[in-house]
Amino acid sequence: MIYELLNMNGYGLYVWSAFSFTLLSFTILYLVIKAQYIREKNKFLTKYGTLNAQKAKIARTQIINQEILSNSQSI
Amino acid sequence: MFKFFEPNKIFLITSKAPKYVMLLFILVLSIGLLEALVLSPEDYKQSHSVRIMYVHVPAAWIALGIFSSITFLSLSGFIFKNKNFFLIAKSLAPSGLVFNIVALVTGSIWGKPTWGTWWAWDARITSMLILAMFYFLYIIAWRIYEEKEQVFKITTLITIFGIINIPIIKYSVDWWNTLHQPASINILSKSSIHSSMLLPLMIMTAAFALFSLLIFLMKYNTELIKLKNKGLDRL
Repeated sequence: MIYELLNMNGYGLYVWSAFSFTLLSFTILYLVIKAQYIREKNKFLTKYGTLNAQKAKIARTQIINQEILSNSQSI
Repeated sequence: MFKFFEPNKIFLITSKAPKYVMLLFILVLSIGLLEALVLSPEDYKQSHSVRIMYVHVPAAWIALGIFSSITFLSLSGFIFKNKNFFLIAKSLAPSGLVFNIVALVTGSIWGKPTWGTWWAWDARITSMLILAMFYFLYIIAWRIYEEKEQVFKITTLITIFGIINIPIIKYSVDWWNTLHQPASINILSKSSIHSSMLLPLMIMTAAFALFSLLIFLMKYNTELIKLKNKGLDRL
């Protein structure tokens, strides 16, 4: 049963390599995009940390900034 | 009319949606893989190599769909003077390029046992390769001109030239003698594909669409945070 599934009448190498390439591409794309997201978020948090109280208060008035700062937000 | 497209409102949804889309994607993909690799029948001519269709065809469909959406959004951005349309278009591009590459590579793998060659310069394959180049140009243009105002014009021009290629890809199998078979699935007329193969194809298409939605949401959130970073600099 497992041998049949892997071999697929001699086409297994083609079928499995096509599916593997697809899933590998998806994984790489997901990790790259996630890394970009974490980098930008960390950059935002670092910049926000350097603001004085008045500027930080202004920044917090924006909905997006509030969302980025909230701990609940994650991918 | 375009109040919904305000980043503040969209971000409330896009920041929370990825985890749910991810769960749904894993669920649909698991069912799709089971159907595509185990439950669906082999083809009487192509035997098990037909299973490559379940990744090749959805990837090609979504690559075409995303490029058409990018063009539509870029033109809408110009017509309605809404920069958020450009941001949405830009966020769609990475998954479009990856789906295009997947379609080319899996097509090449399928070509070997079916046609006896990894690559042929036939109309469908060549026009898909050209589409990949347009995706590449579009992404590179954003990288090069990101800080400049002309980025909107340049990227829209790339999509306008690229969209000419979409009907060529679609009808290349009808207009020229190619190695590719004509379309098996028609929206307006009866499809020539059996339902036992159509079901896994549709499930895999749904899974791929969910993945492109997931990547879009993550990329769009990243772009919005990038904008907010610039906003903090100006405070």
